[in-house]
This record gives sequence, structure tokens and C-alpha cells, in this order.
Amino acid sequence: MTVKFALRAVALTVVGLFFLFPLFWVVLMSFMSNADILRNPPSPFFSPTLHNYIALVSGELHTNVGTQTVNYMLNLFNSTVLSAFSVILSLILGVPAAYAFARYKFRLGEDMAFTLLSFRFAPPLLVLLPLLMIFQSIGLYDTYFGLVWVYQLITLPLVLWIVRGYFEDVSEDIELAYRLDGHSWLSTFFHISIPLAKPGIAAAALLSFIFAWNNFIFALILGSSGVQPVTVGAFAFVTASAIEYGQVAAALVFSIMPTLVLATFTQRYLVEGLSLGAIKG
Amino acid sequence: MAFLEIIGLSKAFKDHKVIDNASIAIDKGEFLVVFGPSGCGKTVFLRLIAGMMPPDSGDVAIDGQSMADINPEDRDIGMAFQNYALYPHMTAFNNIASPLRSRHVAETQVVERVNETARMLRIDHVLGHLPKELSQGQKQRTALARSLVGRPSVVLLDDPLRNVDAKIRYEMRFELPRVLRRYESTVIYVTQDYKEAMALGDRVAVLVDGGFRQAAPPRQIYDSPNSTRIARLFGDPPINLLPVRPTPGHAGIEMNVAGGTVPLPADRANLAGRECTFGIRGENIGVSLEPNGGIPMTLDAITPVNNRLVMLLGGNDGAELFASCPQGGPLDHLRGRHNAWVTLDLTHAHFFDSGNGARI
Repeated sequence: MTVKFALRAVALTVVGLFFLFPLFWVVLMSFMSNADILRNPPSPFFSPTLHNYIALVSGELHTNVGTQTVNYMLNLFNSTVLSAFSVILSLILGVPAAYAFARYKFRLGEDMAFTLLSFRFAPPLLVLLPLLMIFQSIGLYDTYFGLVWVYQLITLPLVLWIVRGYFEDVSEDIELAYRLDGHSWLSTFFHISIPLAKPGIAAAALLSFIFAWNNFIFALILGSSGVQPVTVGAFAFVTASAIEYGQVAAALVFSIMPTLVLATFTQRYLVEGLSLGAIKG
Repeated sequence: MAFLEIIGLSKAFKDHKVIDNASIAIDKGEFLVVFGPSGCGKTVFLRLIAGMMPPDSGDVAIDGQSMADINPEDRDIGMAFQNYALYPHMTAFNNIASPLRSRHVAETQVVERVNETARMLRIDHVLGHLPKELSQGQKQRTALARSLVGRPSVVLLDDPLRNVDAKIRYEMRFELPRVLRRYESTVIYVTQDYKEAMALGDRVAVLVDGGFRQAAPPRQIYDSPNSTRIARLFGDPPINLLPVRPTPGHAGIEMNVAGGTVPLPADRANLAGRECTFGIRGENIGVSLEPNGGIPMTLDAITPVNNRLVMLLGGNDGAELFASCPQGGPLDHLRGRHNAWVTLDLTHAHFFDSGNGARI
């Protein structure tokens, strides 16, 4: 018993180290100067410095050829705005649509649902150039609205398909019972269907937030520095003279923080929601 | 005019006609039990009345008004589901209060009426619990309370005792009629347990193959079933059905049953020469271990069922009969095979057409 337990602990530790090591190394790098990072062989012993973080927050990047301004804090703000509004819009559009796909059989219903899903497998590069031209001609280039709209390609299918599954699990009898009690179907949707699918809606929102947050290519092409998120922002540290690994690492740490916090909290809620068996009567 | 009328209702899924031209009229305040074997369309029938799905043809009328274009929420129907369908995220109190809240009843009234109904069904001590914290019996009572609290004009009960244990089922057979009488509701109660149907209904409607084949007071269905199909559904042990061909003999019309010859009552003379199915219930068969002029058979097995002894009898011609008698007689502790002499009480005999199974 104890042997088995010990073996399992060792195995878990090995797996944990394997997956967490890159993260650990990035965090370590974010406290190193470029000289420490580039030393060969690499060493975990160094004099820690905060200057990478200071550069990010102050927006001034000192390199050996001069001082350059970076706007990483704006990128962080942009990421938050873009991801949050993308998720909100996807929920507003996707949750009622998911309900319709789950509950009603209508002409071309499955085809529509599948078409929406197929946006996920289309390579973004395929649509980017035409999109860029269209966006430029109708004035959506370099706007929050334009990017939030394009982000629907990422977030809407996720919301639709995850939430649809949860709606299908909500017993139709429970909905009918509520209607027989004298409530309209709209009221039934808000008071029965949505609360019972809440764990699914939360999961879909979380996942699509992370996917939106991690998107790189749309924002790189369809926006300029004013609206670009952290993923593109980290590019600024690849300067003419050198790649500022320390700052890139610090930028990474900054950028994963919000999703990490969100995931930690929502995950707890998710697990709770699922284990409560909210669907079961 | 009847209060609730079902007029030629039909519903098919793909090519399978689940409800096929079913019609029945129910009086105000009547307790109608819809009884049928599992899969006969009972649940679909209730759903059509509730308006959960549109019928392919036919109509439901409540108090003279067609329900064709009326949404479920406007039909004034209360329904208790077989699986209870309680709202998992609401307490028992809020579950029961739901029909009152939709009608914007004042909150003090809501509290009063929920408590009153809950007290009557003895769940007033668990009103603060969520459905998952309730026992099966409490869930079932909560569902029942929810269907009654708004005093709907029609109450649909979909096999509400199916998933509760035997003790609660027994209790509820007494309690349900009492509760329902107080609410003066018109009730359609669906079950696949013939004993429940007989115990509860003012009238039992037998749903077979999507249509009502017989609707009558329980005793009448038991005593004169319309067809072999219905005869088989009622009774434990099941009714004995044997093919016979009555012929004229020395003493009027006779027929051959299980290797013996029995005379038919004089009023059955019309059966002479006709192929038919003879039905007799176990309790109308007398079994004696001494020769008494009855048909000689072998008593192959004997087992107690619900305070009665059920006996399996074998005839010389290979026929098998179930007989039953009250416990407490000389047969109580009998084991093994015995010779037995069997007498049939033909005043309770049933005859059916051997072709279509209809009662003659």
C-alpha cells in the first residue's frame, strides 16, 4: 500500500515537473538580466533583478543602443477588453442559439451548427487577407469592434457547441413542468434552462476567454499597436539590436496571470457545479 | 357535456402510430385511470393533453374549449411526472410555489397555500430542502404538491408511484384519493399496474395499441373484459385462456377442457360448433385432492402470492391451468406433485372469438 502510494507520488512529481518546468524557467528568466539568460552553460544561480518588470510597467526599454518606449500596459488592457467583449458577445449570441440547436429540429439546423463549428478548422490565414481588405474599406481596421467581431470566429463555435451539449442534458420534462406551472417559455428559458446549464456556460466562457486571449494572428494583421493584445505586444521586445529575453519572459508572466487566476477560480466552480449533479432531479 | 374531451387524437413518431384515433370523455371531478402495458403510449397521451407536443390529428377540449392553439402554460393543467421533474436548483418550497408565483399570488398567500398542501402530504418539515436532499417518497409528494397547489382544473398524474418503494406505494393508494377529493380536480392517472388501476379509479380506461379498447368501472373490466388482450392484463395469476370447440353432447352443450369434458350453461348454447377461446380466472377453479367428479389433473407446483395460494395444474392433454385459493386451507403446506380433481365455476366463464379475440 505505502509502496504503491510512494510510487504514485514519485510518478506525479515527475509528470508535474515535466509540465511545469517551462513555466518555472520562464518565471526564473523574467528575474534575470539578458547576460544571465544567455550565459552558457545556463545556471539557476544568478542575482535576481526586477528591471524587466520595471521596464514593462514604466514603458521604457533601455537597450545598449538607446531607450525605446513600449506600451505593454496598453497591450494588457487591450487583451482584457478584446477577450471580455468577445466572450460577452458570444454568450449573448451563442447561448440562445445553442438552446435552439439543442431543443428544436429545424430545416438546415444541423448544417448551420456544423458550419459554425467548421470556422474552427479553417486556417485563419486563408481568410485574413480578404478580411484585411474588407476591414480597411469599411473602416473596421484597427478598431476594438472589428477585432471583437473577428474573434467570434474563435469564441462563438466554442460557446455554441459546449453549451448545446449542456442544454441537451437538461430534462425536457423539467422545462415542461415549469411551463405547466403557468410560466411562458421565455421565463422557462431564463429560470430553468440557463440555471441548469450554468456549469456548461461557465466552462464555455472560460475556454473561449482563454482562446481569445491567446490569439495572435488576427490582432497582428487586423490592428495596429493601439488595439493589439499582449500576444502581439511581446513582439516589441524583439528589437533591432537584440532579443530582450528577460522582458519577453516578464511579459509572458504578466500575460498568463489573468487567465491563470480566472481558471483557478472558475475551475473550482466548475468542478463544484458538475459534482453537484445540477442536471439530475 | 363532458368536462374533458379527447376527440380522435392521433400521434405518430416516424411510422409508428403511438396514439391512434383515441377518444374518451371525462366528467368533472372524475378520477380516470388510464391503464395499459408499458410502451402503449400512456405518457405520450398525457403529453398531448398537456400540450407538450402537437397531435397529428384530433383535439383536446377542456370545458368545451379546444386546446389546439392554447400553450401549455395557459391550459390550467397540473402534472406530476413519473421522474418527478423537480427543479433541482430550487428548494421544495419554491418547487411547490412555482404555479402560484406564475399567477402573481401575493407572497403571504403563497406561503399559506404551500404550507397547507405540504402539511396534507406530510412534507412540511422538508420544505427548505433541495430536491437532491429529499427521499424518493418526499420527491414524489413534492411533485404531487406542485401539481395540486394551484388547484388546476385538470390534474395529470404520470405513473407517480412507479419509482417509490412498496411501502410508500401502499400508503399513497389510500392517501391519493383522499387528497384529490379535497381538491375536486378532474384527474387522469396513468399506470401500468392493474392493481393500482383497480384500487384508485372511478373508471379505468384500457389503452392498447394507441386506442381505448374499454373504459368502465374497475370491477366491470375485471368481470367482463372486452377481449382476450384486456383479460390478460388484469389478474394475478393471469387468466387461463384455452382454445375450445363446444359441441352438442348427452347433457346439452359440452366442451373439452384439459382432457375432461364439462357441460356449458344453457345460455351458452349459441357457442355450439364455434371455435372460441375459453377464459377462466384462477379463483373460479376449485382444486380437490380427493376424487370429486372433477377433471383429473396433476398439481405440479404451488406457491403463495399475496395471501393466496397459486397452483399450476397440468392436464392429460398437456394443457396448463393456474388456479388460486385463499391461504389457510389444507393445501397450505403441500409440496411436490399430486393428483388433483378440478372443478370449473362456469358462471364466471369468459368466451372470446378465437379469430379477433373479442368477447362473445
